[in-house]
Amino acid sequence: MTVADNLTIPIQREDRRVKARRAHIWLAALLAVTAILSLATGPTGTSLWGALGKLITGEELTTMERVVLWDIRLPRLILGMVIGASLAVSGAVMQGLFRNPLADPGLVGVGAGAGLGAIVAIVLGALLPIWLRDIVGNYLVSFSAFFGGWLSTIILYRVSTRRGQTSVATMLLAGIALGALAGAVSGILVYMADDQQLRDLTFWGMGSLAGATWAKVIVAAPLIGIAVVASFFLGQGLNGLALGEATAAHLGISVQRLKSAAIMIVAGATGAAVAVSGGIGFIGIVVPHLLRLATGPDHDTLLPNAALLGATLLLGADIISRLIIAPAELPIGIVTAVLGAPVFLWILLRRRGLVEF
Amino acid sequence: MRMHMKAAALAAFTAVVPSFVQAEETQGIVSIGGSITEIIYALGKGDQLIARDTTSSFPAEANDLPDVGYMRALSPEGVLSVSPGLIVSEDGAGPPETIDVLKAADIPLVMITDEFSRAGIVTKIRAVGEAVGATNEAEALAVDVDAQLQSAEETATARAGDTPKRVLFILSTQGGRIMASGRNTAADSIISMAGAVNAITEFEGYKQLSDEAISVAAPDVILMMDRGGDHGADNSELLSMPAIVTTPAAETESVVRMNGLYMIGFGPRTADAILELSAALYGE
Repeated sequence: MTVADNLTIPIQREDRRVKARRAHIWLAALLAVTAILSLATGPTGTSLWGALGKLITGEELTTMERVVLWDIRLPRLILGMVIGASLAVSGAVMQGLFRNPLADPGLVGVGAGAGLGAIVAIVLGALLPIWLRDIVGNYLVSFSAFFGGWLSTIILYRVSTRRGQTSVATMLLAGIALGALAGAVSGILVYMADDQQLRDLTFWGMGSLAGATWAKVIVAAPLIGIAVVASFFLGQGLNGLALGEATAAHLGISVQRLKSAAIMIVAGATGAAVAVSGGIGFIGIVVPHLLRLATGPDHDTLLPNAALLGATLLLGADIISRLIIAPAELPIGIVTAVLGAPVFLWILLRRRGLVEF
Repeated sequence: MRMHMKAAALAAFTAVVPSFVQAEETQGIVSIGGSITEIIYALGKGDQLIARDTTSSFPAEANDLPDVGYMRALSPEGVLSVSPGLIVSEDGAGPPETIDVLKAADIPLVMITDEFSRAGIVTKIRAVGEAVGATNEAEALAVDVDAQLQSAEETATARAGDTPKRVLFILSTQGGRIMASGRNTAADSIISMAGAVNAITEFEGYKQLSDEAISVAAPDVILMMDRGGDHGADNSELLSMPAIVTTPAAETESVVRMNGLYMIGFGPRTADAILELSAALYGE
């Protein structure tokens, strides 16, 4: 009996690893299909295949084809992919770092700070000197949101770090306080805002990829991409951390370096993602949970899989958001929440044995 | 070589299309802004409209057109999908990223300044007329509307006499919090055009008011938009709110409700709106 137990454990572990590896391939294939679908579908009905055919035969593209495929759908595809990946990976890293299944990037203050940054830009942007407005132009809100997210993470990190040790519990509590403060300042600005600014704020909060441009791709995509790839190297550390900080340290993991790296990566990835797309919820929670259920909690495979599935889901949500009420567009944050919330609920209930499907 | 010629011909053709469309009768107009749509219909160009924004709800035919969404959150591919030949919009359509894409697609876009006054409406009508190629019709309509507005304002002033009423415009009463109009809003303008006085002059725009501030403002009449949802508190409920119960308006049960676009849209129907509002305030 004992012998049998000893035998089954390694076999089971191996099995899960194989499953997770296979999931890499499946998810990559799924992402590729969704990406092509995202380039091929849209309310204009411009054909990707027609345009590709013309490229091969050397024919000139029509203005419509050039604008729709090159200026609208392609930057949207790239941003959707990196943002989806970064939201899911950030969620997985935070859940590992805080050892809490409900953790999301909001816990390191990025969300509140970025939100405040965006509100400041929308409401007070008109007060800026003209020369500065000329330089930052349309991207003021994005810059301000990124700066706000980054600043609040730095503050939070400083507050919760004593003698070179970051206390995750302090960070959680300080994050709540900082969030409340940011919310209050946002409230004051909302009070000062005029009608149009209020509408802008509402739409910003619901998130959208409709404003994707090449300029945003060039500025944000490399930053987010690097952060996502860098997070893959946190896998072993986060696995160790699951056993507790002390045990992780005994395993030879530099816990403090792991924490600061995780926080920086999440702040960079989420800050940039939120800055270009506004608030998009639920990807960061649903994706890691789904994957843990399907392929186990090993962060080495979980993080790349989360990146792939997050990218796929956000692209899918974006396709829905642009088609469902065409020619208008449903903010993508609404789509991810409407799809994500029931799935999340289903995961919870299934786990507790309350539903059996 | 043949391929080259074909490409050149195609390029020439695509380059010619936009100007060709403009020189001919303008086809396929997308109208952004409730009053812009009203004006386009009033100019007899309604049959050329192919899409509208969310705020365009009058005349009723407008509701049959595809809706491209809220004017400040337009989707680039969504707007392109209706194949617009021309976009006529109230000032402030966006986001800027979408506008850039529309420019890249060579779609002419005319922004019309919105100003809440008689002169503003007349200017708006002329500008829309010029944009849609109906300059003569617009001129006639502008003169007509200008005269109507003048006479409506005179009538309203005469009805008000020496005792203009104090009017409080309430945007919403959601959760017992009252959002009211201060200075420099469309509501503020229509109140003064109808021969009344805005009860709130301490701030600009629409803001939440404290209960006591409303008491102090002492409005004689409460003006609201007539639609469902959070604006839908019925009169008895509204007048028994602590903020309002102490006001002269509650005493006389004076609440006026009018359709939002009609009342504060500042389009061709504004003269009628002024007359209707002033009649509601002061009687015929």
